[in-house]
Amino acid sequence: MRYVAGFFRFWWDFIVGDDWKIAAGVACVLTAGALLVAYSSLSDTVVTLLAGAGIVAVATTAIVRDALASRRPG
Amino acid sequence: MTWSTLGLAASTLLASAVEFVEAFTIVLAMGLTRGWRSAIAGTVSALAVLCGVAAFSGYALINWFPKSSLQLVVGSLLLVFGLQWLRKAILRSSGLKALHDEDETFRELTDTGRQGGAGTRAGLDWLGFVVSFKGVLLEGLEVIFIVITFGTSAHSMPTAVAGAAVGGAIVLAAGILLHRPLARVPENTIKFAVGLLLSTFGTFWAVEGLGVFAAGSKSMEWPGGEAALLGVLAAWCVISWLAVRLLAPYGTRREAAVGA
Repeated sequence: MRYVAGFFRFWWDFIVGDDWKIAAGVACVLTAGALLVAYSSLSDTVVTLLAGAGIVAVATTAIVRDALASRRPG
Repeated sequence: MTWSTLGLAASTLLASAVEFVEAFTIVLAMGLTRGWRSAIAGTVSALAVLCGVAAFSGYALINWFPKSSLQLVVGSLLLVFGLQWLRKAILRSSGLKALHDEDETFRELTDTGRQGGAGTRAGLDWLGFVVSFKGVLLEGLEVIFIVITFGTSAHSMPTAVAGAAVGGAIVLAAGILLHRPLARVPENTIKFAVGLLLSTFGTFWAVEGLGVFAAGSKSMEWPGGEAALLGVLAAWCVISWLAVRLLAPYGTRREAAVGA
């Protein structure tokens, strides 16, 4: 069991790393994109641009907020 | 040669070069303090494991996944992995995180090597073997991850492998020539560039892979096709530059406080 936990921890650290919020944000945007693709009649152009902008926005917000929060005293 | 292929070769070369520099520092420190026999044995053993991992995972990815789902899975992993690099590079560039110092790492490793006990197994110095093995394995896994994701997503595994091989050869040649840690490699700049490229290709492929949810499971088409890569790259460059500018005053304050 210890080795299984260690295996998953290794891959979590390797892929997700220090800030899980980036991965969570990307997952949310891609889930929203998948729903748009499956259930809306939006064109490829609109969906790709929305999803691309969404990824950039959530990742940037996560990075900047985390950095600023770590600088606050206490 | 397309933009995608050029970007692929450049990304794998730079990314692998950075990882090879880190692995080289570890092996060099162990070789000088614990003996070259165990350091090289550890390196060769790790390379053998890495070859097995690369062969299995490459075969599994290519043969077990359809194209659009492969783009989605691999693109998403590449994106999250690349954003890790970009995050660290932004924090380092803005002064919120210490720069990676290869000389300091080398000093710490040589101290570890000198202070370690003299345990021997199978005729090898065990500390030198294990530290070299783990170092090469971990850095090598990152190279394999990058090569496989780039190679399969761009349908050009030979280009990805060639890029990584050239990066490794350059580092190895420079290391053998200088016989010291490659501390002058502008690691943060390279990691910044690679983080931008990984994030760009990850964004591009992950979004294309969303087509798996459409009727027919056909990959999504970005406006302008592959030329959209340049737009995505430009967006990441601008955003990263703005983030560094925004965070820089906080980093300066911290360093001033530490200095005081």
